[in-house]
Amino acid sequence: MDFSFNEIQAMLDDSVEKFIANDYDFETRQINAASEKGFGPDVWQTFAELGWTSVPFSEEDGGFGGGPADLMVLMLRFGKGLVVEPYLANIVLAGGVLRRAASAEQKERWLQPIIAGELQAALAYAEPHSRYDIADIRTTASADGDNWVLSGSKGVVFNGGHADLLIVPARTAGAQNDADGITLFAVPADSDGLGARSYPTVDGQQAAEIRFDKVAVDSSSVIGEAGKGFAALDATIDDATLAVCAEAVGIMQVMTDKTIEYSKNRMQFGVPIGSFQALQHRMVDMFTDCEQSYSLLLWATMLAARDDADAKRAISSIKYQVGTVGRKVGQEAVQIHGGMGVSWEVDIAHYFKRLTTIDQIFGNADWHLDRLAG
Amino acid sequence: MDATLTDEDLAFREEIRAVFRDEFPQDIRRKRENGVPMEREDLVRFQQWLHERGWAAPNWPVEYGGTGWTPVQKYIFAIEMAEANAPPIVPFGLSMVGPVVYTFGNEEQKQRFLPDILASRVWWCQGYSEPGAGSDLASLKARADLAGDHYVVNGTKTWTTLGQHADWIFILARTSTDVARRQEGISFLLVDMKTPGVTVNPIITIEGDHEVNEVHFEDVRVPVENLVGEEGKGWTYGKVLLQHERANIAAVAISKYRLRKLREQTTKPVRGAAPLSEDRNFMRKLAALETDLRALEYTELRTLAAVQSGKAPGPESSILKVKGTEVQQAIDTLYLEAAGYYALPYVQDQYTLDADPVEWVGEGAETQTSLKYFNYRKASIYGGSNEIQKNIIAKHVLGL
Repeated sequence: MDFSFNEIQAMLDDSVEKFIANDYDFETRQINAASEKGFGPDVWQTFAELGWTSVPFSEEDGGFGGGPADLMVLMLRFGKGLVVEPYLANIVLAGGVLRRAASAEQKERWLQPIIAGELQAALAYAEPHSRYDIADIRTTASADGDNWVLSGSKGVVFNGGHADLLIVPARTAGAQNDADGITLFAVPADSDGLGARSYPTVDGQQAAEIRFDKVAVDSSSVIGEAGKGFAALDATIDDATLAVCAEAVGIMQVMTDKTIEYSKNRMQFGVPIGSFQALQHRMVDMFTDCEQSYSLLLWATMLAARDDADAKRAISSIKYQVGTVGRKVGQEAVQIHGGMGVSWEVDIAHYFKRLTTIDQIFGNADWHLDRLAG
Repeated sequence: MDATLTDEDLAFREEIRAVFRDEFPQDIRRKRENGVPMEREDLVRFQQWLHERGWAAPNWPVEYGGTGWTPVQKYIFAIEMAEANAPPIVPFGLSMVGPVVYTFGNEEQKQRFLPDILASRVWWCQGYSEPGAGSDLASLKARADLAGDHYVVNGTKTWTTLGQHADWIFILARTSTDVARRQEGISFLLVDMKTPGVTVNPIITIEGDHEVNEVHFEDVRVPVENLVGEEGKGWTYGKVLLQHERANIAAVAISKYRLRKLREQTTKPVRGAAPLSEDRNFMRKLAALETDLRALEYTELRTLAAVQSGKAPGPESSILKVKGTEVQQAIDTLYLEAAGYYALPYVQDQYTLDADPVEWVGEGAETQTSLKYFNYRKASIYGGSNEIQKNIIAKHVLGL
């Protein structure tokens, strides 16, 4: 039994760690987050040059051929570095649907440029009303000769305002919550009738509300089989859920380390506050939560490679875990930092915000516990 | 055992309720209802509106402009104010420095400062914490050196809430280091913010707002007549000030209002979604929190009843700050969960009085839930962190 990274994973881990240490300090992150697109285009190019944008894609698709464990290695580091670049939106979400369902020709057209860092993409899966049910789709697409016409709204689309291409699940048949009857479309962002309202999100990233007012696309835009898009969508959301869990575990580890460090240096009553037992026990709990979460993450990641019902349950387990203990670890880290923990200029506040938003997306702790409870 | 209100109290409640319903400034009400942030002018105008009705300082003695209300009436007033969704009172003048001035100040100071505090003509801020003195406030380093007819103040105060609006600041500064206990030799001084040498630098808080500041004092000359009480006794006065803060410290009234609003919201199809009342998990959490709040309400009422009958509040009063902030933060957490994905958009600029809500991202002010949640992590940190509160309870209440 061996839980260490293999040679390739260790190399990936090392390359992201070095990048963050040398080129992506907290100030750089803040500058990128505050920029117009909410990320650094040059940083994104670096991600592509270093091969990170190719990790989850097969060699046949021009990718690195990585599995869930390789993605986990990257996301843990992105969490630790509090990376705002839209890796999740481009590579895991939009790329995930394309690699699963797109034709060779479509991959050539869209996936290759995504891997090359030349095309920004987003997956517009959530709707304003849909909360965590990804099959709950009111956006419709109706056939009109050789074309399809899309109408409806998508909400909180990560990277949606700056994407060149939107992957849009729309209902072409069935009732509002049916898994059947969902078709996946590739819609250029500059299509007539498409309106995007872009905004920053509280965790330093960006998202958009997207409206489709009779947006026409041709049949070459249908990804996979019409009406059968749910499987690829569902599997992709599971991938993304696991990916943000790894990110969350990375964040929790950094918050715990920084809190321990702070408590050793912050003097009150003539001693470091870390010498108080009341705080020591709480930091031991934070440490325990991190270790337990990392254990569960490894288990879920190994199961995820199987892509079956057990994998789904494992992903719900880890999402529930990071939702519950992540909230606790985050709140404790802020509390022990005192006023510094709620200051914009201190990184701990921004780790806290991202950890908080991770519980709000892809199903919160309650939602995943329900899925586990059956 | 009886928790019903007397006929007199019921009539009082009707009177207060009617005034808030009929006379409360409509533009401020609209701002509050739409989550539009309060500006300095809004807060001042609201407090002056209270003052016009003689309600600005329910906790002050009548001779200085208080209302003469019983503790139960003060409680009713707080509930009605929260139910009207009125802004919170800015505490630094009316709840903090005012009571110190009328308790420990001399006649001249009372005449000079109290009327302006009561009428919200002067905005006060608090200079207690320092970069090196947070929970351990007695380790404060700001100095006030006597030089003839004035003190020369040097040092840095931090986390100064709304100090950017302030005309005056009250500070704790060290006037003597030759003391047996660190709590001695600290004095309570009133400082005009326009005095040369005072500079205010913003600190941006986690949600991105400018709410607190760092205030620097460099050779700031403060006339000796601005010393409150005796030199070196400021710590005692500061502690009394914290006791005055105890009134409504649990914020039960505001918490009740917010939970009631949240329960109302669960019956509505927000953004066309199924009502949250169909989400069993959410409703169980809401019910649990309502139970916790009910317990807190009755703990506060027990304190009130003791004070009403002329007794000292019992040990139960000591838990109000800790439990009150825990409940407030738990409410913020539930609002956050209710918003789902719509806790993410950071769209502060959409909350303006003339905005068309149809164009908003999310419904109502739900995109502000995360900002409130982030910001309100401060509640268990400020005013003596909850850890410090527990130390005090352990020592003074439990005798440990």
